[in-house]
Amino acid sequence: MDTSRRRVLQLLGLSAAALSAPPVLDALAAGPPAAEPKIGTAKEALTAKQWAMVIDTRQFKKEDDVLPLIEACHKIHNVPKIDFKRWEIKWIWSTHFEHAFTGTTSTRFISEEIAHRPFLVLCNHCENPPCVRACPTKATFKRPSDGIVMMDFHRCIGCRFCMAACPFGARSFNYRDPRPFVKETNQLFPTRMKGVVEKCNFCNERLAEGKLPACVEASAGKLKFGDLFDEKSEVRELIKTNFTIRRKVNLGTEPAVYYIV
Amino acid sequence: MNDKKWIITGLVVFLIIVLFPFWYNRGKAVPPPEIKLTDKAKAAKECVLSKEYMKAEHMQILDLWREVVVREGQRIYTNPKGKSFVMSLSNTCLDCHSNKADFCDKCHNYASVRPYCWDCHIEPPKEKS
Repeated sequence: MDTSRRRVLQLLGLSAAALSAPPVLDALAAGPPAAEPKIGTAKEALTAKQWAMVIDTRQFKKEDDVLPLIEACHKIHNVPKIDFKRWEIKWIWSTHFEHAFTGTTSTRFISEEIAHRPFLVLCNHCENPPCVRACPTKATFKRPSDGIVMMDFHRCIGCRFCMAACPFGARSFNYRDPRPFVKETNQLFPTRMKGVVEKCNFCNERLAEGKLPACVEASAGKLKFGDLFDEKSEVRELIKTNFTIRRKVNLGTEPAVYYIV
Repeated sequence: MNDKKWIITGLVVFLIIVLFPFWYNRGKAVPPPEIKLTDKAKAAKECVLSKEYMKAEHMQILDLWREVVVREGQRIYTNPKGKSFVMSLSNTCLDCHSNKADFCDKCHNYASVRPYCWDCHIEPPKEKS
């Protein structure tokens, strides 16, 4: 087919005209940019650089003083109550001074009052958490936004390396399906399944709604919660004005739970 | 080449076995399930995103939600229309779609997918309807 230069130019002109017709232009251009869905946090959410807790153990005299706190936590997080020790699940529990602070301070010949005092222990949300380094799936991780050592139960494969790595025994493994052992289920929080590890999450789901952790709320001021890296925070003030100890600091994990003894 | 008859017989038997499900079930297509909406879901008219998107891609959005909530601590999702939702399967999705048996399970059973959400997440208590 013979095509003259004139014909080519005519065709080009026509194509240009056709392309610039409004419907075609609309189709080619993306149109007005569609609004993107946005993801954020609630306005009332509490934030910090590193959440920390100060436990005033002087105010806990006997076991009955700590039970309501443990109860409050375990109830809202659907923590199963299994009496058989090897299958036990605990997020926060109480222990004796000599068990909580072995290696931290001398536990020999201590005052009887301290020896009988219940010491609340829970995940320390270490600044340098060994469990996070041990986890092969990154199911447990340190949240960069506020320093909470979190568990992503979706990812946990139940290898229990984290339990071996944690020097505080803060983690429990679900040897059994926990559901039959949860008496009253909190509909707002999931349970776990057989084969995953679980531990205290510093109530991150409550912080996101602007509420303090359940144990702190139930403690009526005996537990304080705040930002460790905020000089003006209540926890910093308490640490500054009181002598505090932490569990196994010599291991270098930098626990974020402080005890006034 | 003396085994020709055995090979042919074998092939025929193989084909019959492989194709058995097809001719056994021919003409008996199970009708696709019809989704029942709760009154609350009907009243809301639109889900988090358009119905078509949710129908085909709800697992994508659930996956995004779980990632963002658990790992980044971001819990509020604002859709392109500017409506905000708390990203929660049990508390947001299942709040409207409280008829899990009729809404989730029907399709999942039909398509033979078995999501393991409910191993941990809690189903809404059975409502009398």
